[in-house]
Amino acid sequence: MTSENPSAWLRLQGIHKRFGPTHALKGVDLELVGGEVLALIGENGAGKSTLVKTLTGVHQPDEGRIELGGQPVRFARAQDAQAAGIVAVHQETVMFEELSAAENIFIGRQPMRRLGPLSFIDWARMNTEAQTVLDQVGAGFAATTPVKQLSLAQRHLIEIARALSQKARVVILDEPTAALSQAEIRDFYGLVRGLKAQGVAVLFITHKFDEIFAVADRYVVLRDGASVGHGRIADAREGELVKLMAGREIEKIYPHIPRRAGEVVLEVQGLSHPTEFDGLGFSLRAGEILGFYGLVGAGRSEAMLALMGLNPLARGQIRVAGKALKVREPADAIAAGLAYVPEERQRQGGILDFSVRHNITLAGLAGPVTNAASLARGPWLSKARESALAGSMITRLHIKTESQDTPLSGLSGGNQQKVVIAKWLGLNPRIVILDEPTKGIDVGAKQAVYQLIAEMVAQGLAVILVSSELPEVMHLAHRTVVMRRGRMVATYEQGQADAETIVAAASGVEPEALHQHVLEMAA
Amino acid sequence: MSLSSHFHTRRREWLLAAIIVLIVLAVGWRAPVFLSWRNVLDIGNDSAILVILVMGQMLVLLTRGVDLSVASNLALTGMLCALAARAWPGMPLPALLLMACVVGALLGAVNGWLIMRFSLPPIVVTLGTLSAYRGATFVASGGAWISDHEIHPLIKGLPREDWLGLPALIWFALGVLLVSAYLLRWRREGRELYAYGGNPHAALYAGIPVRQRLVMAYTFSGLLAGLAGLLWVGRYSIAFTELASGYELTVIAACVIGGVSIGGGVGTIAGALLGVLFIGVINGALPVIQVSPFWQQAIAGAVILISVVLNARADRTQGRQILETPQGAQA
Repeated sequence: MTSENPSAWLRLQGIHKRFGPTHALKGVDLELVGGEVLALIGENGAGKSTLVKTLTGVHQPDEGRIELGGQPVRFARAQDAQAAGIVAVHQETVMFEELSAAENIFIGRQPMRRLGPLSFIDWARMNTEAQTVLDQVGAGFAATTPVKQLSLAQRHLIEIARALSQKARVVILDEPTAALSQAEIRDFYGLVRGLKAQGVAVLFITHKFDEIFAVADRYVVLRDGASVGHGRIADAREGELVKLMAGREIEKIYPHIPRRAGEVVLEVQGLSHPTEFDGLGFSLRAGEILGFYGLVGAGRSEAMLALMGLNPLARGQIRVAGKALKVREPADAIAAGLAYVPEERQRQGGILDFSVRHNITLAGLAGPVTNAASLARGPWLSKARESALAGSMITRLHIKTESQDTPLSGLSGGNQQKVVIAKWLGLNPRIVILDEPTKGIDVGAKQAVYQLIAEMVAQGLAVILVSSELPEVMHLAHRTVVMRRGRMVATYEQGQADAETIVAAASGVEPEALHQHVLEMAA
Repeated sequence: MSLSSHFHTRRREWLLAAIIVLIVLAVGWRAPVFLSWRNVLDIGNDSAILVILVMGQMLVLLTRGVDLSVASNLALTGMLCALAARAWPGMPLPALLLMACVVGALLGAVNGWLIMRFSLPPIVVTLGTLSAYRGATFVASGGAWISDHEIHPLIKGLPREDWLGLPALIWFALGVLLVSAYLLRWRREGRELYAYGGNPHAALYAGIPVRQRLVMAYTFSGLLAGLAGLLWVGRYSIAFTELASGYELTVIAACVIGGVSIGGGVGTIAGALLGVLFIGVINGALPVIQVSPFWQQAIAGAVILISVVLNARADRTQGRQILETPQGAQA
């Protein structure tokens, strides 16, 4: 953004950031003005989080200027940015569960009271001051409430209250609505307008267009680490923004995967859980991709865990290739030919201390699966056979690793994801469940994963694709199940529904009502 | 990456080995008797029982757990074996060995079952059984000592046997080392213990029977504690309630010195063995260089702390290296 806005409070010019050979930010310009909401739009991997980390002093830019109220600044540490009044609220809030809201707001800077040589935490003052800022953001709970009793939306309020109590001049909201319900989102819009009214500059990061049009004044589009467009929301059209965000490569990113529907391999009926999901039923054929779309927290992952025997309270009938399957533990599901690539790669998928080879062969060890026996020679594990399996997978999935002995922690995010997928492909499964397979990886790695999905389908595997990325589901899935609050609310054949219809089904708002709502919010 | 990381883990073990050699040479220079074959065998004998216990403890530590009950298990099993041999003097040695292993394994399995069945923290469960097993030793013996002349000659004789020029205790330790190496390197069960300790969620998702593996680790630790109990009673020719009291801390210290991570998932047999030798050499050296007995324990403790601090520092530099490498490895 080259237009010199004299009232800009925070100005970024030509910010570059490299991580080794990865050029994460390639010249980003943006300006934040007090009392304005700037929407930062971009796909996953566009560099949004790197930019936020640069703004908040976690990363230091390799090139470029940051100006604060006209003065060039350099944030060496996160504390520097905080002291300058820049506060970020993240989508996954980190809080001290056992402490009260007030304690979380004042953590590390509790008001003290002196009594002779001793000083004490001034609890009364802390609670009063916390209550004041909590009331300011419209929180309907007491400052003394323990955080563990509060919902995610309420935790966001605490974060924002903390920002206000620190006299923040810039508040960065990093996809804060990802896990909120419609009603909570509406309250949230009110809160953002409240911040504006107090003269705070807000940087609002999201990829949901209804939100952008509801609360933002201006926008900046980030793609592949560079700002590719900016302007006033009042002058913008959704179609333009989508084009800017995805670039012209959208057809290239998502391959067309032909359906080769064969036998029915999976039938699920009446899959229910006391609190998480109810009455799920669907079937899946070999050579078919079934998409599961919904907002975060719609119960999709929970249902998949139930298929794998990791959700002990779930009930329902599962048939694999016509045979009833009782899953008591993951080994049962694996033996029947199911494979689950979990959402949280680092927490649930790979073992960072293990070598690439041992990660790939891990599921094969666990048996009882057809291939498991082949990893051992009699009572001894055979290194030769493990190497052969790992080697074939590294070639097949084009995993970039120095050697099979490299620890998983030494690989990039996209390659770690491939290793986790390789672990399952080694078992020759019939049904592969991919839960958010492209979360947090860059566009190049995404394409590699899509290519892999195409190969799996070509080989006659059945694929379940759980994703919160609407274009991913729309372009790849042959059929898409939409879930909302633990129930299946719609099923669409590929090309049968447009983005608006699917989002409306997932959020529970009729398309017309959604528009109406957006107009109201914008007014 | 792989080469440097292997070099790094190995380097730590080489470093520990070098320190041990250095201590041995330094002490041997001050007091040549320290280098005599007799003294080497003494240290080997003293370390043998510790090796047996450390192998069991290591398996448990790999699963992010800890077994505090090993010394109590050792005392209870040792006492029960001594009582049984006194009551039925006709018991053959294999029956005594079997009894020690079975009783120990059962006591260990109780730990594993409680941890698995009720999802309790291992430190709490084994702290409880530490007391319970010690109390049971008191109940079984009525608080009385079984002294030298009441210990069955077979039990007393076992640690004093020499096979192929090496004391029987060292053969037992070697056997346990081999079995552990087989389990950890060439069996899927062992790999799965590392996997569970490295990332419990990933292990569960990969279909590893996590509960069975946990019970297995504690049972194995108990079995080895039981075996150690029989050998301990034989070596010291006595069984009483306070037998090996507090020894679980030495066992855990040896593991930690040898680089077995309390956080789970990390540790090698070679490292753990070096940890045992380190403790054995320190304990053997202090009396030889005429450190006052009053000071010995404090000095041994200080040396252990120093080595743990050095280990922790090595871990931190290793952490830094891992962060740099993925950038180079990225495409």
